[in-house]
Amino acid sequence: MEQLFSLTPLIPVFPLLAFALIVLWANKNNRLSAGLAIAGIAISAVISWVVIFATLASGHHVQVEGWSLPVPWLPTGTTVFNIGFAVDGFTAAMLFMVPLVSTLIFIYASEYMEGDSRYARFFAYVSLFVFGMLTLVVADNLLLLFISWEIMGLCSYLLIGFWFEKDSAKKAGLKAFLTTRIGDVLLFAGMLFLYSKTGTLTFREIFEPAVLHQLATTTIWGQPAAVVISLLVFGGAVGKSAQFPLHVWLPDAMEGPTPVSAMIHAATMVSAGVYLVARMLPLFAVVPVAALQWVAIIGSITAFFAATIGLAQNDIKRVLAYSTISQLGYMMIGLGLGGFLAGIFHLLTHSFFKALLFLGSGSVIHAMEHGAHHVGDHHTDPQDMMNMGGLAQRMKKTYIAYMAGTLALAGIVPFAGFFSKDEILADAWHQAGGFNFGSVAFWAWLAGTLGAFVTALYMGRQIGLVFLGKPRTGLSEHAVEPGKRMTYPLLVLGFFALVLGFANVPENVPLIGNGWLHHFAGMVHESAGVLDLEALPLNWGLAGLATVIALTGFFGGIALYRGHQAGQEDPMVKILGRPLFTLLKNKYYVDEFYFAVIINPVIKLADLAAKFDYDWVINPIVNFVGNTGRWISDISAEFDRVVVDGLGVLGTARFFRWMGKELRYTQTGQAQNYLLVIALVSLSLVGVYLFGIGF
Amino acid sequence: MAEQIIFFIFTLIVLGGGLGIVFTKNLYYSALFLSLTLSGMAGYFVLLNAGFLAAVQVVVYVGAIAILILFAIMLSRRMMTSTEPQSNRQTWLAAIVSPLLFIALLVLVLQINWPVSTAAPASDYLLLLGMNFLGSYVIPFEVVSVLLLVALVGAIVLARDTSTDTGREG
Amino acid sequence: MTAIPLSWWVTVATALFVIGLYATLTRKNAIAVLIGLELMLNSANINFVAFNRYTTPNQVGGQIFAVFVIAIAAAEAAVALAIIIATYRRRTTVDVEDIDSMKF
Repeated sequence: MEQLFSLTPLIPVFPLLAFALIVLWANKNNRLSAGLAIAGIAISAVISWVVIFATLASGHHVQVEGWSLPVPWLPTGTTVFNIGFAVDGFTAAMLFMVPLVSTLIFIYASEYMEGDSRYARFFAYVSLFVFGMLTLVVADNLLLLFISWEIMGLCSYLLIGFWFEKDSAKKAGLKAFLTTRIGDVLLFAGMLFLYSKTGTLTFREIFEPAVLHQLATTTIWGQPAAVVISLLVFGGAVGKSAQFPLHVWLPDAMEGPTPVSAMIHAATMVSAGVYLVARMLPLFAVVPVAALQWVAIIGSITAFFAATIGLAQNDIKRVLAYSTISQLGYMMIGLGLGGFLAGIFHLLTHSFFKALLFLGSGSVIHAMEHGAHHVGDHHTDPQDMMNMGGLAQRMKKTYIAYMAGTLALAGIVPFAGFFSKDEILADAWHQAGGFNFGSVAFWAWLAGTLGAFVTALYMGRQIGLVFLGKPRTGLSEHAVEPGKRMTYPLLVLGFFALVLGFANVPENVPLIGNGWLHHFAGMVHESAGVLDLEALPLNWGLAGLATVIALTGFFGGIALYRGHQAGQEDPMVKILGRPLFTLLKNKYYVDEFYFAVIINPVIKLADLAAKFDYDWVINPIVNFVGNTGRWISDISAEFDRVVVDGLGVLGTARFFRWMGKELRYTQTGQAQNYLLVIALVSLSLVGVYLFGIGF
Repeated sequence: MAEQIIFFIFTLIVLGGGLGIVFTKNLYYSALFLSLTLSGMAGYFVLLNAGFLAAVQVVVYVGAIAILILFAIMLSRRMMTSTEPQSNRQTWLAAIVSPLLFIALLVLVLQINWPVSTAAPASDYLLLLGMNFLGSYVIPFEVVSVLLLVALVGAIVLARDTSTDTGREG
Repeated sequence: MTAIPLSWWVTVATALFVIGLYATLTRKNAIAVLIGLELMLNSANINFVAFNRYTTPNQVGGQIFAVFVIAIAAAEAAVALAIIIATYRRRTTVDVEDIDSMKF
């Protein structure tokens, strides 16, 4: 059994191999590229299943304590820094979700992206991406996690800006990268502090009670180290999981192809932030309340406000984007209130139904584009819900699947979202202890419950606008449901949206109560001893309230919008009042605020720095130095020409020529003259000699 | 005493002859004065106990070389009777340099203490000469003989009358 | 024979040498130059024999050398006169100043 775990490092390898093969070899052949990518993820899925099976069979030992494979990697003086792989119940649960959802999305994408000129490149990028995600899930330490975090960030940038001919796509890619970068810097700072305080980045080693205690008692900047590090790490999660205030990149990221939105911005990458917080939860919890309450607060704000924005958006993908942001907020609420299982349960279910919804929206958009082609209208936006309508008749399978996803998202029993969302709200209520206005947990519960209403409302709105009623434009009139590869994955995901909730029904429910996931994955932080990991019984009152709210919102939304006519004003305007509606439509003007307060000043500063460089200081100095050098060398050249050449070289030649001219007259050709010279010289020599000896 | 007188007489002959050579305008007379000088030299050699050398001097120098010069003069007849001044352009400079050189050399040589020996001259110097010529100095002796042969042949070749050559191999 | 000091002999030889030098330097006729040359050689002979007599009387090195000088002088005189005669034939002049083809 243990040997099966040694397959774990292989899980990320196959998509990486697919990436390399596509890039180096198969990039001209579209079908082969898609095939390689799908094969890569499928093999990973199979290996993941083997590992999950091994985890199931190993029981408590692995599920809670985990199996690990440390790899000594970087010698650091007298010690060695390890990276490595680990599997426990939580990892196994993630390994169930990630490869399965990714495989379905890859299959979907192989039809969705058909006709694109960079088809093969797309599959290379997504293969690299899923390599990153799988590595993140099986990593046993923060460094390897961070590396895969960054790989995913890169792929996100590449994929958002995949259609880089569009200016909006380019900008969106850059926005995503830079915004998450802020989070990444915070995360890295947290890692640095953590390493300097404890000398390790491996999860199991950090969560030793002794180490946790040390982190709780030593301080950084006056605060307990554990709190500071946790908040920095949470900063990374805020960026990656698009929480307020770093949420601004996710709606713009919808510029990327829809499979990208489904995979990266619904199912996997954005959930990496939640995964990180969940993994590091003991660190958050070791100093009670301090760090965790911020998680809950940010999560609550995000959950509620993102939902309200979604209410006023017309683009089908934008609605889903804000919905994702909002649901991630719910997960943060769950984790922030110490509800480890609540958070990760919602993470798992959300990935399934959000991927489903995005892929469904992709099918709708494809259908609309088909209709546009048919009608010859290429100006109408195929993504605008106001241009859709009546698609239920034309896209039956897609409609059924989409409905399943919507009901799951709205949290209507027995769909998955009900169980996971309810768990979070129950945790919040339990911690708040009822109507306790002074408790963060209460406000979280309130935000979550109101948010649930709004969520159901905007999803009802979406169903009403898109699928029900009559077609409002030629596009939707002539929409055609896409082929098998795009429809069947939806149905598979829909199935999971329906049944996944039953993986963790609280135990007090008769017949189906099992608390299975709680036992399997929810106890991994047991050894740290700082979390309350008890499973809560189902609170029937709350559950009933939640269901009522959800149903009201959902049917209310449908009712409002199923009869919507083309050109009519949005009914929301009347209900909310124009000012509020405009505020929501413009996303609370957060982007504009950032532009004015941060981005423009930074650009101005950059301009200033550029001026400093080019015009005022650096360049003039460089030019001056250059000119001086030139001038010196000119002088030196002149000197060389006049003195060295003229005087020295030529002068010497002239001198010798003159000497020769004058001396030639001594060669008379007459021997007697020569003899006389000899006589003269001898005379002088003798004279000198005699003079020398004192004569 | 007697020697000094003899020495003095011979000096007169030698140096007088020398001066005569220089200051005579007639080349023939110069050659004759040369013979006189050379004969005086023979006398010197006798005074210096080198009788054989005296005989050689007379036979070779006077008897051959001086005669040869006379013949050469006679063969270039026109010169014999010319009355042009025999001095050339550098006469004045030579006239200054020569006495100076004489004085300088004299001073140079006379201030050295030559290691004079008071031994008696060899009585059998002829025997010694013979033994040296064919003993220690045999190689120069033989070489000189070759040299004389070369000079003989060379002189004949150089001085022959090429105008009478008929172009045949001679 | 200590009656005549060596210095007298040296003086005579030097005087004869200088006279010969003067003759060589100043005469226009080639044969006169040759005569001057013979005088110089003879002065050398005087020196050789005189020094032999006064420094090593029981040896004959100086005399031997003098003999050689005479022999070589003879050879040289013969060749020189042959050259002069040949030159005279070609140019009908024996004026040394006219034989200056090694001029610049």
